[in-house]
Amino acid sequence: MHSVSRPIQILLVLLSALLLLYPLFGEALAGNAYDYWLQKMTTVMILAILAVSLDLLVGVAGMVSIAHAAFFGLAGYTVVLVAPEWEPGNLWILLPAALVIAALASLVMGLLIIRTSGIFFIMATIAFSQMIYYIFHDSDFAGGSDGAYLFSTPETMVMGRSLLDLGDRLTLFYVTLISLLLIYLLLRIVLRAPFGRVLIGIRENEQRVRALGYNPSFYKLSAFVIGGTIAGFAGVLSAIQYQYIDPSQVNWHLSAEVLVMVILGGLGSLYGPILGAFAFEGLHYTFSSFTRHWQLPMGIVVIVMVLMLPRGIAGGLEWLSERLGRRFEAPAPSARKPTEEHRAAEQHND
Amino acid sequence: MTEPILRTESLTRRFGGLVAVNDVTFTVEAREVHAIIGPNGAGKSTMVNLLSGHLVPSSGRVIFKGRDITGMSANRVSRIGIGRSFQRTNIFPSFSCLENCQLAAQSRLGHSFRFFRRASSYRRVVALAEKGLEMCGLSHQAHTRASAMSYGEQRQLEIGMVLATNPEFLVLDEPMAGMGREESHHVVELLRELGTEYPLVLVEHDMDAVFSIAHRLTVMVNGEVIASGPLDSVRQDPAVQEAYLGDGEEDA
Repeated sequence: MHSVSRPIQILLVLLSALLLLYPLFGEALAGNAYDYWLQKMTTVMILAILAVSLDLLVGVAGMVSIAHAAFFGLAGYTVVLVAPEWEPGNLWILLPAALVIAALASLVMGLLIIRTSGIFFIMATIAFSQMIYYIFHDSDFAGGSDGAYLFSTPETMVMGRSLLDLGDRLTLFYVTLISLLLIYLLLRIVLRAPFGRVLIGIRENEQRVRALGYNPSFYKLSAFVIGGTIAGFAGVLSAIQYQYIDPSQVNWHLSAEVLVMVILGGLGSLYGPILGAFAFEGLHYTFSSFTRHWQLPMGIVVIVMVLMLPRGIAGGLEWLSERLGRRFEAPAPSARKPTEEHRAAEQHND
Repeated sequence: MTEPILRTESLTRRFGGLVAVNDVTFTVEAREVHAIIGPNGAGKSTMVNLLSGHLVPSSGRVIFKGRDITGMSANRVSRIGIGRSFQRTNIFPSFSCLENCQLAAQSRLGHSFRFFRRASSYRRVVALAEKGLEMCGLSHQAHTRASAMSYGEQRQLEIGMVLATNPEFLVLDEPMAGMGREESHHVVELLRELGTEYPLVLVEHDMDAVFSIAHRLTVMVNGEVIASGPLDSVRQDPAVQEAYLGDGEEDA
């Protein structure tokens, strides 16, 4: 259940292959802009990791969080602040440190707010994330509103040799892409496992989940921490890419943008929010190329999308894939037995 | 006398100034179908919620198999073997019937912090789920999406999910609420069958159903028990006849 229909699986594999091969044909295609797009796509994929992890909370478990950027930024700040100033830091220290901080922050926040729901939960997440924002904004230890620099790219030493040069744009592009794919597949597996079932059950009918003998708070809290930790991972990649962090990275504006990516892409579908991140950033790029007030046309597009495709890009793709399926089997529609994928597709459409 | 499987002692629940359940003491023996009847607002649903842990009593105690479970949370009550169904259909609409029952059965794994193995590969879970489906008569609908089924079938699934949790004791809150004649006939058969396997408390409006299934009867009016005992003696009780059965309206 809650798996992806065959045509969409094929589409996702093709899109991944396209990204994977971009460095091969990119130069011929984009010419001088090749390098720009390589970096741009790395950024978008980092946002996609953030979006897919937010989908675990919002789309799968039904917890609308506007604190997701807080964990992203906290992890980024951890990398910048823990790294030594005059020499490259060790990724095998920085990465775990950042993930632990993100996990701890989401655990503490989660413990305090997980029992609230609906609008109260949303307000509580905004409140907490803004507290974290103002800590970085108003105090000197992390550069205040000016932000802080990571002076050299962390090293990935394994037995005295550097495994990867993360300062190399192409390497970082591939590391980000592979991370995105692995995180997506991992979450897909988790959704099919008992844990994921309980989360989806909580979204659909929390009272009944409780009556069946589960304590929903434990499961929601775990999802919150898993999502926050993955957001932290994205924050580490982002800090490495930009070698710089400022308070806007923990601000709720970023959380809200990621939430829009999730909604544009399709709640609960996991792949939808990834596509949503690309769509959002694509529109952002397009609109800001002819107006400084890119939020205005963006807002209109989001409203139209939500009205026309309430289940987002994923919902639209599933509709298409179902029609495609019907056309191929048109001669005997009544004989068609619902396959696992079709049922799953129907479930997504809920 | 052996210890009854479930008993309450002076169970009381107030909502502000309203006493929804007042000083209720009753027992359910092993292998007994115990029906609670009463007019609307008699406190039947509050009773169910007190037994299942969805409400905490204002005073009094609930004892299950000799153990005081007063104030235990609903999820723990479910785990110690009291399975409860809801008056309003309370299922997972986007899941198939089998998946609904699997999620119910999965709660018997102890915990579900299992992240990697497919949920449908746990053999014990699937076996329990299939048993629940079979008992509630929905095996042929295993792969139908729950929201696509008729109201009556959803009510059956509601019971199937309770059964999939492998309960020792059932509390069914108006399992026939809102059903047509044909459908409720089906459920009466099911309940009669369940009555031979599980001790159960049945809250129900349908008198014909109650009299054909229950062994013992507790009649509640305005939060209080006005009679409790074997079917026939309660039926003859003048207070009951006056308060509830006599006017003939509820009989329909």
